[in-house]
Parts: sequence; structure tokens; C-alpha cells
Amino acid sequence: MAKLTLLFFLSILIFSSSIAFQSDELLVDDDEFGLEGAKPRSTDLHTSSSSSPQQQQQTPTIRRRYSDPTDLDSKVQFTLEHAFGDSDFSPAGTFSARLKTWSHGGKTLTKLRFSRNDFSAEEKDAFKNLLKGDDFYRIRLPSNVVKPPGREFVIASVRARCLPRDGLDEHFIIHMEGANILAVSYGSPGACQYPRQLKLPAKWSFNSHTILKSSEQAPRTPIFTEEILGSENVEGEVEPPPERSFWAKYWMYLIPLGLVVMNAVTQASNMAEEPAGGQAGGAQMQPAARRR
Amino acid sequence: MAIRVFLTLLLFLSSAILSFALYEDQAGLTDWHQRYIGKVKHAVFHTQKTGRKRVIVSTEENVVASLDLRHGEIFWRHVLGTKDAIDGVGIALGKYVITLSSEGSTLRAWNLPDGQMVWETSLHSAQHSKSLLSVPINLKVDKDYPIIVFGGGYLHAVSAIDGEVLWKKDFTAEGFEVQRVLQPPGSSIIYVLGFINFSEAVVYQIDSKSGEVVAEKSMMFPGGFSGEISSVSSDKVVVLDSTRSILVTIGFIDGDISFQKTPISDLVEDSGKAEILSALLSNMLAVKVNKRTLFVKVGGEGKLEVVDSLSDETAMSDSLPVADDQEAFASVHHEGSKIHLMVKLVNELDNVLLRETIQMDQHRGRVHKVFMNNYIRTDRSNGFRALIVMEDHSLLLLQQGAIVWSREEGLASVTDVTTAELPLGKDGVSVAKVEHTLFEWLKGHVLKLKGSLLLASPEDVVAIQELRVKSSGKNKLTRDHNGFRKLILALTRPGKLFALHTGDGRIVWSMLLKSPSNSQACERPNGISLYQWQVPHHHAMDENPSVLVVGKCGSDSSAPGVLSFVDVYTGKEISSSDIGHSVVQVMPLPFTDSTEQRLHLIADTVGHVHLYPKTSEALSIFQREFQNVYWYTVEADIIRGHVMKGSCSSETADEYCFTTRELWTVVFPSESEKIISTLTRKPNEVVHTQAKVNSDQDLLYKYVSRNLLFVATVSPKGAGEIGSVTPEESSLVVYLIDTITGRILHRLSHQGCQGPVHAVFSENWVVYHYFNLRAHKYEVTVVEIYDQSRAENKNVWKLILGKHNLTAPITSYSRPEVFTKSQSYFFAQSVKTIAVTSTAKGITSKQLLIGTIGDQILALDKRFVDPRRTLNPSQAEKEEGIIPLTDTLPIIPQAYITHSHKVEGLRGIVTAPSKLESTTHVFAYGVDLFYTRLAPSKTYDSLTDDFSYALLLITIVALVAAIYITWVLSEKKELSEKWR
Repeated sequence: MAKLTLLFFLSILIFSSSIAFQSDELLVDDDEFGLEGAKPRSTDLHTSSSSSPQQQQQTPTIRRRYSDPTDLDSKVQFTLEHAFGDSDFSPAGTFSARLKTWSHGGKTLTKLRFSRNDFSAEEKDAFKNLLKGDDFYRIRLPSNVVKPPGREFVIASVRARCLPRDGLDEHFIIHMEGANILAVSYGSPGACQYPRQLKLPAKWSFNSHTILKSSEQAPRTPIFTEEILGSENVEGEVEPPPERSFWAKYWMYLIPLGLVVMNAVTQASNMAEEPAGGQAGGAQMQPAARRR
Repeated sequence: MAIRVFLTLLLFLSSAILSFALYEDQAGLTDWHQRYIGKVKHAVFHTQKTGRKRVIVSTEENVVASLDLRHGEIFWRHVLGTKDAIDGVGIALGKYVITLSSEGSTLRAWNLPDGQMVWETSLHSAQHSKSLLSVPINLKVDKDYPIIVFGGGYLHAVSAIDGEVLWKKDFTAEGFEVQRVLQPPGSSIIYVLGFINFSEAVVYQIDSKSGEVVAEKSMMFPGGFSGEISSVSSDKVVVLDSTRSILVTIGFIDGDISFQKTPISDLVEDSGKAEILSALLSNMLAVKVNKRTLFVKVGGEGKLEVVDSLSDETAMSDSLPVADDQEAFASVHHEGSKIHLMVKLVNELDNVLLRETIQMDQHRGRVHKVFMNNYIRTDRSNGFRALIVMEDHSLLLLQQGAIVWSREEGLASVTDVTTAELPLGKDGVSVAKVEHTLFEWLKGHVLKLKGSLLLASPEDVVAIQELRVKSSGKNKLTRDHNGFRKLILALTRPGKLFALHTGDGRIVWSMLLKSPSNSQACERPNGISLYQWQVPHHHAMDENPSVLVVGKCGSDSSAPGVLSFVDVYTGKEISSSDIGHSVVQVMPLPFTDSTEQRLHLIADTVGHVHLYPKTSEALSIFQREFQNVYWYTVEADIIRGHVMKGSCSSETADEYCFTTRELWTVVFPSESEKIISTLTRKPNEVVHTQAKVNSDQDLLYKYVSRNLLFVATVSPKGAGEIGSVTPEESSLVVYLIDTITGRILHRLSHQGCQGPVHAVFSENWVVYHYFNLRAHKYEVTVVEIYDQSRAENKNVWKLILGKHNLTAPITSYSRPEVFTKSQSYFFAQSVKTIAVTSTAKGITSKQLLIGTIGDQILALDKRFVDPRRTLNPSQAEKEEGIIPLTDTLPIIPQAYITHSHKVEGLRGIVTAPSKLESTTHVFAYGVDLFYTRLAPSKTYDSLTDDFSYALLLITIVALVAAIYITWVLSEKKELSEKWR
């Protein structure tokens, strides 16, 4: 049994490393990203997609794996609530994550997973009404994940017509500050066409993408010492200017030269005809001289 | 080689633009500077030495100044810091002006003739309390009586000669608050009267030499005092009890306390809450009951009797000794458009020494304060002059039945500024009057020619300077071709609107806000903000533009608002209305109706939004865009986004009122972040191009959105003063938030940094200034935000084939693909405000206008705060104009646009475009006003004012003559050749 678990562990490790391998893009400014462990071959990295039961069964194993090494980590759960237009908020899904406590007292949320409840029949009707009226689909999260709901709820809204594609595509960017949620950006992952067309989704299942973002540190203002400034003065020989093409260097000479050449050529071609004319002119001149 | 030479020349030229400055003789040509002092609080006359008659004033703008009584000019003036409010002014030893400020903790002496500081003493202060300055009136100069100061729980005696603290007495333990200090002349004992918790009166007799308490008497007063006090003589004061219905006379002859109560109902039948007016009259006090002013005479035994009463509102001065041991005081009251000034003897109120009636401008409001001064007339009788402070904060001197001078001190407290066009010059209207005759024109140009050829004599130079200042009709009241002449509309705190001419800064018209319904509750609304209401383009000839002035009755946030519409050309109020709801936010919409009135939304405290103007046409325009109207509110640490929901007709019958609902929130954790600054782009800003071409022929698309909000937060601990926290405790976070969806587009945290944050937002960039605690320096950071989603549109073929998304409508609901570039620089100065130049088409490069701590304005090229600056820019980047990276932004002394002036108490800088693309108007306000025209890239689209047309003409004439002469000569030569 123990071997089996170990094997399972290893396979997950391999899977996760394979994810990390594929994942080079787009993560530039995301410190942490949650991902659902279920679909290892999913190319979308910071995805937690659809709420099928088998995925939810797998998640606990991962949870255990990460919870073991340090006691400082604890897991937290908070609910996503939604509202249709002006209706009241009702639960729509659950976020679960680990809260990592750093030695300096700071807290960060890692390994965010999201399970989305499917729309019930009434909710589908309500959503269809929203689509017809081009109204707002609103969601909210507690502003503190440790002590939900915290001080206030963090609300975000989107025009319902922006969500449907094949299924219902949604994209969360959760801005965190320690254990607090500052704001959540919610909408479709891509563009939302304007004017918004009425389009019913083919599948009533959510395709969710989630990103956690914490604040970026500003780079320190560069301080230049005397040496750098000194070296800058003799920089002339250090860095030769990049070599340019012949044309870029000498165009100002080449163009006039070309003009001169062209002029000369046209004159030369005129010259070919000229001798005859010149002689004729000379012949006419002579009598005039004689007249004098 | 030639290329290199050419490039270095180019570089040299581009750097030459940076060293932009004025020549000495150009100062005052386009700029003007006006000096103000603010609303006068105290005035002390100094008339001991004949000839130089002056008055010392202290104001609500924390200015102490010496004014010329003849002309109202400022001899000298000192602007103390914003937190250094002046509590009292006096003259000591006949040569020092003594000021007490900062709640009685700073005492300064200024030299009376020239205003130089003689000494400054900082006094120990332990708690907040009312402060009191008592400067002895000593007739013998040789004897040094100490200045007695109470403040912060301590009583200090300070030597007037050098500011040395002679002794101090600690009253903090008992909670004793000094109300009056009496220094009987010729005695070394001073009497200090005060209250303990406003229920017990205590009199100390203190030896003024040593500070020892000689005697102490106290007496409880069961009812408690209200704190209002009037001292009527050297041994009596009158106070009001806490119910404000009983006057209590406290006598403390020889240190014995005696109370004598007189209910107000005994004095006057219809009693109510009473109020003691602050005027100091000898053996008399003025009490205001039910809008009537009573003069109550205090008898020898503390008996009170009413001697006179005035029905309408009257302002009074303190009493002043005149000849024969008599005291006189001045009172001013209104009657229609006139004011009556009366000077009466205190003992015989029927004996009117002076009665003057003066016509007063309605737009000055009521008289707030009167300061009286007497002088000896040429016929050796007593003459009186009065300095009066009006409701609009203006200061006037009345003498011999006329206004000798007036100062518009309201302009020291400008709250909002906008600009407006002047009327179009109509044909046949006196434009020719201002133009010079041909001869004068020629003479002027000959003079200029002399100047440019260095032939001018000193007198000529003066003449040229004069000519320049007067030239080009810059003071005309019509619109000019270049848009240099404009009106600056300034709204001041007392609710007066001024129109200033950009040419010379004169007041074209002024208007005091009136309450529309003349209701009791709101006599005079105070101005909040100013908006362009109607700017006619289609009917520019026959319709006047108008502005909307939003005012409020009272200081409470839920106080009802007042709207006033003012004609810009004439300064007349077109209409005004009491809107019946509070004003939290005014939002101009980008729509206008058929008469070109701009639609405005006003949000109230309840969360409703009201549409103005209230016409059905405006309503239909608004209904069309109803779905696309969003707005946001900023609270202490939450920003909320809202959208229109529906009409609030269910609650009120008002069809122009709408309800809203919350769309998004950004909740900052209260334990770690606190909003200290928010900023949006100017709504009327023009962006010339959306793309930016890099040196490597690469395109960057600016993310130009009108819906971006810049927010700066600091840790709550770091919200205090600079240096109050360690770098570890404080951090600064800045955000760029889309106000439609609440998305955070950019977030950057600066560890170990602290506010205050001053920022400027233009096009796609924000520049903000803050303090770096680790580096112990101020820093300036620039953030530029670029659009990635359109980055693929670089291909020419895509553009030709139409396969680009440049014309696709942009919606905030699409996920924005943006990236930011940012860089920080050190900046050596502390900053009061930052603005940016704005031009008509946005082509001209921009300059940051930085209001420095020295009350000057520094123009810094935007290129210095470019995030793309690198240490060693490549040749191509240099050509593009990228400056090599330095860690500090340069402060070039020539770049101060205020040159030799100081805009004291600088609070704001406003820029407005002129019609000429190169030029922008800059108006700075604070206690002073300053205006100039600025050309950030020099005036590349016009000839300068001092361009010598005469020289050009002469050159042309000379050339034509030369051509003619040579032609004639050659003709002759040819002819002679032929005849040979």
C-alpha cells in the first residue's frame, strides 16, 4: 500500500514537473498561480477548469503532500458567491488554498484550487434573463480569507453577454495582499465584442481560469557611484558605434554623385546629336563675320 | 565623419532646447505676479512716527504683513507655514512686531521698519489650549516690561528685547486656562485671571520680575462658564454662563474675586441665547441677542444696564483712547447699497464724532471686521480712519467718506480655477483705438532695431521695455488669433468668482455667490468647484459661454448644495437654484444638448445621482447612454464602482434623479493600506498620437483610457510626517485601476517609502513624488502603460488589407493586455504640487511643472522622466532624444518659470492650451497669484514678439535697390560693349 502511494506521489511529481516544463509563457508577472491538479496535460497553466467529480477526489492527495513538510502552512477555504442582476448573492463555488506563513510574519496564499458549482435550473433561467437584458452577472469574494468575510466583500461584475463561448468562459485575477483579497478582476479570458451579441452557451458548464497576483516590488532606484560616471567619460573607446551599411554612411555623397553622373550621361547623349548642329551654327557664323 | 558632426550638432541643438530660460529683459512681458495676504484677522496700527504710517496685519493665511496706509501696498510680508497659525499680534518697544503662533508655542519678533526677524523663541507647550498674547503698552521705552504669553498650559514671561524667557509657570496640572492677563501700568504685579474646567475662577497675582505667585484667590461658580469673555476695565471682566442666559461680572480688585449675575432677561424682554462680541470697549460690552446688538454699560459696582441697541447686523471695532480720557469706537452697518461708518464716544453714545456714508459694491457682501485708528487732522482735530474686512475677504481703508484703497484678499484663497475665452472682436468695435498710429508703429520698430543692433542708449532700452509691455494689445478684451488672451475664472473660499485677464492679471469682473432663496439657513453659500457649463461654438457670435459654480450651505457634507450659472463675458448670474440635495461629486458628462449645455451628474450622500440641466432633452440624451454611464466613489480605504440602475421615482417624484447599484469594490486591508492620493486624467486632455515609435522602428501603443484611476496607499503608520516611522514599517503601494470594471491594471509597492504623494496623470503615464526612507531622499517614479492587444498592428500589409483591429470599438469588458514600464529617480526637492503642460493638439512635448517647497515652479522636461532611459543609450536612441540615465533629476536654475518671483503658499497649478500649438497658459495660485505663458519646445510656430519687422523690410528694400542698381549698371555696360 505504501509503495502504491509512493508511486502515486512520484507520478504526480512527474506530472507536475511536466507542467512546469510546458509552462514558460505568460507567467512573467504572476507570483503564484493556482492550478487544479486533475488535468495534468492541460496546456493552460493557471487553469482550474470545470467541476467534474473525479477532479475533486484527487485534490486531497495533493493537499496532504504539501501540508506535511511545514506546520506553518494551513489550508483555507472561501466561497465564491454570485448574483444575477439585482438578486441576492448565493454560493457559486469554493476556492481552497494553502496559506503559507513566512518566518517574517507575512502570509501568502499558494496552490489555489477552484471548484465551480454548475448552474441549477433556476440559475440557468436567471442567467438567460441576464443575457436577454444585457445585464450584469456579479460575483463576490470575502476580503479576508482567514476570517471570512473580513471587513467587506470584494465585488466584481461583468456584462453577462461577455461570458458565453462554447461553454461559459470565465477568468479571475485575484489581487492579494497577505491574507487579504484587495480586488478581483472578473470577465471573459479574451475579448468581449462590442456591440455585445445575444448568444446562448452551448454547454452550461464553466471553464474557469484563475490567477493569483500579489504586489510587485518596485526596483530600487539606481545609484551611480563616481566610478561608473568616470568610466562613462572614457566610454568613447569602450563602445564603438555599430557599423553601418555603405549606403547609410555615404548616401549624402552618393545621391549628388548619381545626379552628376545622370546629368553627364544625358549631356553625353545630347552631345552625340550636337556635332551636326554645331557645325551648322559655325557655318552660319562665318557669313556674318564676313558681312562685318 | 560628416554624419557624426551632424549628429553631434543635432544633439547639441536638442540639449540647447533644455536650457530654456528667459532673458532678463523678457521678465514681465508675458507673466504677471500678484501678492496677497489673505483675510485679515488682527490689525495693529503704528502711528508713533509721523510720515511712515503703516498697519501691521495678521491673516487667516498665516501671513504677517506691514501695509502702507496711504496706498495699501505691502511694505513687507512673511508667510508662515500652513500649520503655523497666528494667534496674536502686538507691537513691543515701539519697534518690534510680536507674533504668537502655533497654538502659543512660537513667539517671534520682527523689526517694524523692514520686517527682518529679530528673535524667535520656542515656548514649551504640553497640551492643546487656547493661547493668549499680552504685550504691555508701555509709554516709557526704557523700562522693559515682559511679554506675557499663555499657551499649552504654561504661562511665560518673555523679554521683549531679546526674546529670553524670564520665567515660566506650569499650569498643566490644574487644568487652568488663562483668560485674561492684566498689567496695570506702573506696577510690578500682574493679575492673571483664568478658569479651571470653566467652573472655577482663579486670580493669581504674580510678580512680573520673578514670576513668583504673590497671592492666589479662587471661587467656584456653580453654573459653569461658556468661555466667552469680555474685559471691560482693568479690574472687571464679564462672562457668559454655560446656559448663555446669564451675564456674570467678575471683579478682581486687589485679587479679591466677586461675582455678580445679571440674567439677560433683565436687560431685554425677548431673551434668547446670548453671544458676547469680541470688541473691546472700555466699561462697556457688546452682546448679541436675537440678532440685536446690545451695548451694555458696566457700572462701578458691576451693575449692568443697556444703553443702546442696534437692530441690524453691525460690525464694531475696539475702543480707542482719544483726547481727554475718553474712548471712542467705530461701528459700521449696512443700508441698501451703502454702508454707514459711525465713530462714537463710549461714555456718551449720543455724541457721534464722525458719521460717514459710503457707497459699497454689492459684491463685497457684509462688513465682517472693523479696525479703527485716529489721527490728527490739519486743523488739529481728531480724524478717524477705519480698516474694514468684508465678507468676500477684501480689505478696504475708509477715510474722509471715501474708500482710499482696497485689496481683493479673497484671491489669496482660490479653491478652483478654470479658463474661458474672451468675446470675439466684432467689426467696428474700438479695436483701432488700441492700435498705434503708423508713425508710432514705425518709431517702435526703429527703436527695436536699435536694440537688436546694440545701438540703443539706456533711455531707449527703457522705452523699448515699456513698449514691449504695452505692445500687441495684450490687454484687449477680445479674443486674439493666437489664443493668448483669455479669462482665468477663479473661485475663492468666501464664494466669490473672479475673472482675471491673462494679459495683465486685472480683474475684469467679480461676483459674490448669493443664496437663491435668501433663506435664513443659508445666507451665503461657500464655493466648492467650477465647471464649464456652456461653451458655444455654433453660436459663438450671439451666445455667451457660461460656467457652473457649485456651492454649499455650511461646512457639513450633507449640507444642501447651490448651483449658480454665471455668464462669462459679463459676470452676471444667469440663474441660480437651491437643488435641495447634498453634493458629494460633480461629474461632467461627455454630452451636450442642442444649446451646447454640458450634461452634469451630481451625486448626493444618499447614493442617488441627479441629472442637470433639468430639461427633457437632456433626459432623452442621457437615457440613450444610460447603460454606459459608470461612476466611482473613493472612501477611506474602499473604492466602489457604480452603474445607473433606474429612476428613483418610486421614492421621489423627481424624474431627473437616478438610483445606482454597486458593480465592483476594491477593498484595501485597513491594517496595512490607507488611501492617501487618487488622481485621474484631465477629462479635456488631447492626445495627439496613440502610438510611439521606438528607435528600432518598433511601435508601442499607448494605453489611453479616460477611465484610469491612480491610487496611492501607505501603511497607516506611515501616514504621519516624514521620518516618524522606520523604513521597515512603512510602504507605499500605487495602483492603476480601471473605473468601469474595477480591474487593477498595475500595482507596484515601494518598500520603505512614505507619502505625501504628489502625482500627475497625463496621456498614458503617471509621475509621482514621494519620500524614500531608506535613501533619505525624495524620489520621483514614472509609470507608462502600453497596450499589448494592438501590438500586432505593425505590419503595413495588415493595415492595407484592413486586417487590423484599430477601428474595432474598445470595451472595458475585454481583458486588457497591458504592460507597464517604470523607473525611479531621486529628486532633490520637496514638492507641493505637480502639473503638466497642455497644448491645443497635444503635439508639443510636455513639461512637468513642479511646485517646489520654495514656492517656485520648476519646468522639467518629460524626457527626463522617461522609463526608457538607459545608462548608455545607443546612437539610435540618442537620436530619438533619450537622455543617458542618471540617478537624480536635474534642477536647472534657469528652468524656474517663476524666475525671481515666489508664489507664496503655493497650492495649485493650472494649465490651459492656447490656440497656438506651441504655447500653453500656466496659472499658479496660493497666497499669491502667478501667470505665465510657456512654450515647452520653444515657439516653433510663430515669430517672437521682438522679431524686427523693420530689419526685414529694410533688408528687402536694400536687396531690391541693389538688384535695380546692378541691373542698370549691367545694361549700361552691355550697351557700351555693343557700341564698341
